[in-house]
Amino acid sequence: MKLWSWVLIFIVCNLTFSTISAFRLSRSQPTERISGSAGDVLEDDPVGRLKVFVYELPSKYNKKILQKDPRCLNHMFAAEIYMQRFLLSSPVRTLNPEEADWFYVPVYTTCDLTPNGLPLPFKSPRMMRSAIQLIASNWPYWNRTEGADHFFVVPHDFGACFHYQEEKAIGRGILTLLQRATLVQTFGQRNHVCLKEGSITVPPYAPPQKMQSHLIPEKTPRSIFVYFRGLFYDVGNDPEGGYYARGARAAVWENFKDNPLFDISTEHPTTYYEDMQRAIFCLCPLGWAPWSPRLVEAVIFGCIPVIIADDIVLPFADAIPWEEIGVFVDEKDVPYLDTILTSIPPEVILRKQRLLANPSMKQAMLFPQPAQPGDAFHQVLNGLARKLPHEKSVYLRPGEKLLNWTAGPVADLKPW
Amino acid sequence: MMKLSMFRLSYWNRRGSSFKSPPSLDTTFDGKSPSSVFWLVIHGLCCFISLILGFRFSHLVLFFLFSTSVSNLYTTPFLSVGNGGVSQLLRLKPLETATNNNSTAKKNSRVVVGRHGIRIRPWPHPNPIEVLRAHQLLSRVQKEQKSLYGVRIPKTVIVVTPTYVRTFQALHLTGVMHSLMLVPYDLVWIVVEAGGVTNETASFIAKSGLKTIHLGFDQKMPNTWEDRHKLETKMRLHALRIVREKKLDGIVMFADDSNMHSMELFDEIQTVKWVGALSVGILAHSGNAYELSSLLKNQQGKHNNKEKPLMPIQGPSCDSSEKLVGWHVFNTQPYAKKTAVYVDEKAAVMPRKMEWSGFVFNSRLLWKESVDDKPAWVKDHLLDDNGEEIDSPLSLVKDPSMVEPLGSCGRRVLLWWLRVEARADSKFPPGWIINSPLEITVPSKRTPWPDSSSELLVAIKEAKNSQSDSERHPTKARGSKSKSSKGKQEPKTFDGVNVSATLVKEDVKDTNQ
Repeated sequence: MKLWSWVLIFIVCNLTFSTISAFRLSRSQPTERISGSAGDVLEDDPVGRLKVFVYELPSKYNKKILQKDPRCLNHMFAAEIYMQRFLLSSPVRTLNPEEADWFYVPVYTTCDLTPNGLPLPFKSPRMMRSAIQLIASNWPYWNRTEGADHFFVVPHDFGACFHYQEEKAIGRGILTLLQRATLVQTFGQRNHVCLKEGSITVPPYAPPQKMQSHLIPEKTPRSIFVYFRGLFYDVGNDPEGGYYARGARAAVWENFKDNPLFDISTEHPTTYYEDMQRAIFCLCPLGWAPWSPRLVEAVIFGCIPVIIADDIVLPFADAIPWEEIGVFVDEKDVPYLDTILTSIPPEVILRKQRLLANPSMKQAMLFPQPAQPGDAFHQVLNGLARKLPHEKSVYLRPGEKLLNWTAGPVADLKPW
Repeated sequence: MMKLSMFRLSYWNRRGSSFKSPPSLDTTFDGKSPSSVFWLVIHGLCCFISLILGFRFSHLVLFFLFSTSVSNLYTTPFLSVGNGGVSQLLRLKPLETATNNNSTAKKNSRVVVGRHGIRIRPWPHPNPIEVLRAHQLLSRVQKEQKSLYGVRIPKTVIVVTPTYVRTFQALHLTGVMHSLMLVPYDLVWIVVEAGGVTNETASFIAKSGLKTIHLGFDQKMPNTWEDRHKLETKMRLHALRIVREKKLDGIVMFADDSNMHSMELFDEIQTVKWVGALSVGILAHSGNAYELSSLLKNQQGKHNNKEKPLMPIQGPSCDSSEKLVGWHVFNTQPYAKKTAVYVDEKAAVMPRKMEWSGFVFNSRLLWKESVDDKPAWVKDHLLDDNGEEIDSPLSLVKDPSMVEPLGSCGRRVLLWWLRVEARADSKFPPGWIINSPLEITVPSKRTPWPDSSSELLVAIKEAKNSQSDSERHPTKARGSKSKSSKGKQEPKTFDGVNVSATLVKEDVKDTNQ
C-alpha cells in the first residue's frame, strides 16, 4: 500500500515537473513554449468550439470587387479576402444559421485601390451600411441582436473608422452600425476611438510563400545589430516633418544615421528578408498608423521586434505575451534607443530568440493558403470562441432598438 | 500661454472640421471673439508673407519667435533617461473621446494626435561604450547560434604539413599558418621538415601561437616532382606514426603548405566518423600564359559537341542517393608532354592521382591498441615499417566504398591544390631579414651627380632639413625626358640583398622638388 502511494507521488511529481515553462524539445533549436497566463492557447483547436454562419451576399460586395482589382490579394489588407475563403471551406462553418454562434458578413471594404495600390476608404461606410441593410432585411439574425453576434473583418488603417487620416478617423469614430458587432482589425491602440472593446487584433497580411522562399540557413551568424528599411520622412504628405509617425521615425534617423550598429535606410533592397534573418533587432516603428507588417516579418525571421508605438495593441494580445518577445520603447525614449538596446542582458535576448523560434508563434502570424492548424485564421476563431457563450444582454427584447440607423455624416447615408 | 491655446484652436479648426471641439481646454482661455479676431489677423499676416516669399510660411515660425521657452526645435537638455529630459514642444491637449454620453469619460490617452517635435539628443553620435556592449551581445548571440546549429562536441584538429626550407616556404607557410590560426577548434599542428629541423622553420611556426610538433626528417627534398611527392608521402606517414605514439585524439587532416583552405573546411571535417574524402580544386597552371589559353581552347574545341568540360576537381563522386560511387580524378591528358619534371620548371605541375590533402581520418584509426568499434575495413598495422609502399591514402583502407564523402557529397570545393616554387638558383635572405647594411651600387649614367656616395649623404641631409638644394636639381629634373629616364633607371637584375641606390636617390629627388 505504501509502495503504491510512493509510486503515485512520484508520477504526480513527474507530471508537474514536465509542465514547467521552459523545456528543451528534441529538435535542433531548443525553443521555449509560450506559457504562463496565456498558456498554450496558441495551439488550441477551435473546431468544435464554435459554429460560424457565412452570409451569402451578392457578389457585388465581394467577388466583383476582387475581379475589378486582383491586387487586393497581395497587399497587406488581404486578410478580409482570405478570411472568407477560409471560412467557406472550414469545418466550423455551418449552413444552419439557427445553430450558429457567430455570423460572418463577407464584404471587402478595403479593395478600392488607387493606381498606386493604396485603398480608398471613402465608399467603405456606404458599402458596409448597404450590406448590413441587406442582411437585416433578408435574415432575422441581425435584428435579433443588432449585430452583437456578428463579426466583420476591417483591416484598414484605423479599422472601422474608415479613414486613413487619424484625426478624421477619430472624428468619424467607429461606424454606428458596427457599434455592437465584433471587429477583426489590424489597428490597435489603447484608449483610442477606433478600437472597440472586444475587438480582435490580427496581424496584417504578409505573403507566406514569398517569405518562406527567402529563408537562409539558420547557422548564418546574426551580424547586424539593428535593422530597418523604410521611410523616415513622408515628404509627400508631411513635408515639414513631425506629423508622420509622430516624429518618431524622424527621430530614429536623426539620432542614429551615423551609428554603425544601426543598419537603417530608405532603400528597397532585394535582400530585405535575408537581411532580417541576419539581424538581432528589427525596428517596428509606427507610421501613419501604429501597426505595420514589419512585426510579422520580424517574427517569421526570428528578429526581435523593437516596437516604437505608444499604447499599441499587438495582434492576439490575449494569447501572445508580446512583452516577453519584443522590446517596447516609448516614443519619447527614441533618442536613447541605443542605450536601451545595448543594456538588455544577453540572457534576455537569448530567451526572446528562443520564444521567437517557436513554430507555433510563427504560424500564428501567417495567413497561409490552404489554412494550417495554429495559423492566424485559427487564432481569430479561438478569440471568437473565447467570447462564447454570449451574454444575455446580447439578445434584444422584441421591439428594442439600440442602434441609430441615421447617425453619422450625411454622405454615408447614401445608398451604395 | 494664451497664444498657445489660440494656436491650438486654430490648428484644430483648420485640420478637422467635422468633430466637436473638445470640452476641456485650457482654463486661461477667456472669450472667443477677441482671440479669434487676433488669430485672423495673424493668419492674414502669414498669408501675405507667404505670397511675398513664394513658399508656405508656417505659423510655427511665429509661435517660436514669440515663445519664451526653448528657442530651437531640435535642442533638448541632456538629462537622464528616467527624467525624460527631452522637452516636448507643442504639447497639444489629448482629444477627449465623448462618444459615450452616459458612461464616464475614458481615460486620457497619453498619445496625442497632431504635430510632434522631432527629438534629437544633444550629441546624436555613437557612444563607444555602447558600441562595445553591442559587439559583446553580437558575439554572445553568434556563439549561441554556433552551439545550436554548428558542431556539438568539437574534436581536436590534427594538421600534418610536410615542408622544407626554400624561397617560397615563407609564402606558403604564412598562408597555412593564418588559416590554422583562424580555426575555432583545438588544433595540433605537426610540421615535418625535410632535411632536419631548422631554426628558420621553428621560429616561423612559433609565431603562430598554436600547439605545434616540429619533426625533422632526415632526407633532403629532391628536385623532381615525382620524387618530391614520394618523399612527402613518407613524411606524412612519419607524422602519423607520431600521432599513434602520442595517442593524439582528434581528426587528422593534411594541409600541404602550398594549398589554400577555406574556413568551412574545418567545420565540415568535424562531421567525419572514420575516414572522409573531400573535393580538392586542382589549380594546375603553368607559368606560360599562351600555353594555358591554347590548352583551354583545345579543351573547348574537343568537348563542344560531346562531353561537358572536365572540372579540375579531385574527390568523391556520388550518385543521386548521396552514396559514394567513385572518384573524380584530375584529367592530366591535356597537359601530357607539357608537365614539369623539375621543381622549378615553368610548365604546369600535375597532382598525384589521389592527393593526400583530400582525405581526413579519425586519429583513433591509427592507434595501435584495438579501439572499440574500429571498423573492420581499415587495415591494421598500417604504419609499421614493413616496407609496404603506401602511395595513396586509399591504401590505408581495405574497402574504399566505406569512405564518407564530405562537403555535400563532394559538390562543395573547400580547398585548392596548387604547386608553385621558385627557380632553383633563387636566393633569399635567411629568415627574410636583411641584416647587413644596404650596399650602394654604381649609379647609372643618367644621374646628374658625378660622385654617388657623397652626394647621397648630402641629399639625405637636405631632405631632413627641408631646405631646397641648388638650382641644378630643378633645371635638370624638369621636363618629361627626366621622368622617362627615371623609369628606365629601374635596375634590370634585382638579385637578393643588394638594393639599388638609384631608387633611393629618385625618391630623395622627389622630396626636394
